Amino acid sequence: MKLNRSAMLRPMLGGLGLILLFGGWEAAIRFGLVPFGLLPAPSSLGPAWLDELHNGAWLQAIRDSLTHYLTGLVIGSVTGAVMGLLCGAVPVLDALLSGVVRVLRPIPGLAWVPFAILWFGLNTAGATFVIAISVFWINFYAAYGAVHAIDPDLYEVAASFGHGGFWARMRTVVIPGSAPGLLAGLRTGLGQAWMSVVAAELFGVPGIGARMMQASSLLATDLVVVYMLTMALLYALTDMLFMMVRRRLMGWQG
Amino acid sequence: MTDHAADVVVRLDGIGLSHDRGRSFILRHVDLEIRRGEFVALLGPSGVGKSTLLRVIMGLVPPSEGQVILQSPATTAHRPTAMVFQDAKLMPWRSVVRNVELGLEGLGLDAARRRARAMAALELVGLADMADRWPRQLSGGQRQRVGVARALTVEPDLLLMDEPFGALDAITRNALQLELLRIHERTHATVLFVTHDLEEALTLADRIIVLEGHPAGVRGDFLVGPRPRDHAAPPMRAMAERMKLLIAGEEDPGVVAAYWQASEI
Repeated sequence: MKLNRSAMLRPMLGGLGLILLFGGWEAAIRFGLVPFGLLPAPSSLGPAWLDELHNGAWLQAIRDSLTHYLTGLVIGSVTGAVMGLLCGAVPVLDALLSGVVRVLRPIPGLAWVPFAILWFGLNTAGATFVIAISVFWINFYAAYGAVHAIDPDLYEVAASFGHGGFWARMRTVVIPGSAPGLLAGLRTGLGQAWMSVVAAELFGVPGIGARMMQASSLLATDLVVVYMLTMALLYALTDMLFMMVRRRLMGWQG
Repeated sequence: MTDHAADVVVRLDGIGLSHDRGRSFILRHVDLEIRRGEFVALLGPSGVGKSTLLRVIMGLVPPSEGQVILQSPATTAHRPTAMVFQDAKLMPWRSVVRNVELGLEGLGLDAARRRARAMAALELVGLADMADRWPRQLSGGQRQRVGVARALTVEPDLLLMDEPFGALDAITRNALQLELLRIHERTHATVLFVTHDLEEALTLADRIIVLEGHPAGVRGDFLVGPRPRDHAAPPMRAMAERMKLLIAGEEDPGVVAAYWQASEI
């Protein structure tokens, strides 16, 4: 518990953990503790990455995946958040859609792949669709829950100060009041969308996922790990950017 | 009570409220007139329907019977009514000054005018230097002052206060009562103040309306003498005793519309 007190110690220990992981991993391979071919050595990752960078595949894969990621994320987040807000704020709509939600909710994004191929083909739109669906539900429930967590008395406050109509209520209470929950959902979606990127691309749409499949079919495990780490890096970057924006928006939460 | 009609800010005309289409009533035959500048306390036991009556007056709950007639001159940018709620009920995502501005939005004022009016109201409650704080950074008493500023800034014809100091500790509560009186003296606002606390009513109000019964109705209407007041003086004591009986429902409700003047008892 004492360790937590030092703000500097925590990231340092985090770095140490990573060094131990990769060092132990390298050592295990050097000392022959892992059968040959099961795992690439960390020291082989650098050269593999440089090759991939020089032939242009790395940047191309990132560009393709980022396109799927961002469009799927935006479409899924916006539609999910809007539907969640509306269902949370309009009881009739909530009741009307409750059955539909119950039927569709348990279906994972990956299960939609056959339809994604059928409707959109093996292209960006198909991959975007799969990503958007998985992000949709996260944002839907985050928004829905956030609306229900708002102090109901605030609607009366808004109404008594001239903001009684539907849109006035949305503007003065529902949207600002559910902002913390919405942002939490968005953040979860940021991570979930990266996971869906691989799933969406595994069936052949060019991008990081497709490149990983190609590499694994050639038993180029070092390249698979390079792309795993690439995704981790991209996720860390998007999450960091998001948290910077969040801090600006949510000063009132302290 | 045959004052000039223009002086009446709000008139309740046979107000009745039922949630089961008239099988049972929460409020029934409530008649009441409040004149400009009056500080009226609405006194009654907890759960009798005082807060509900405020919501009927505000227009948040439509009455099942009768009508509320509000005299609201269509002159300046203002609202006919404004409410101070029991727990302040500030919007946690708005800064203090933006909370005060809530009621000014939609009155056709530009941002600078809104800010100026909100700041003037914060000045009045002594919180101008807290304008940029978040509600969570304020004490309970400060939050309630912001609630008062938020209501005052729309310059309501009728200021409704729903047990605004009920959740505060005794010291803060006393300070805010005095401050409210000072504000009333300066603004001459017309106030309808709900409380179940007889002492509070006697401290604050020029006039005390007792609401009691099932369904609830006006059981007494008392004019309290001039300030400073001595709550221990025999006429005040006699009036307080009479109110206690009414609140407890032990007095014959035949006193409806009887006016009591402390000096007359």
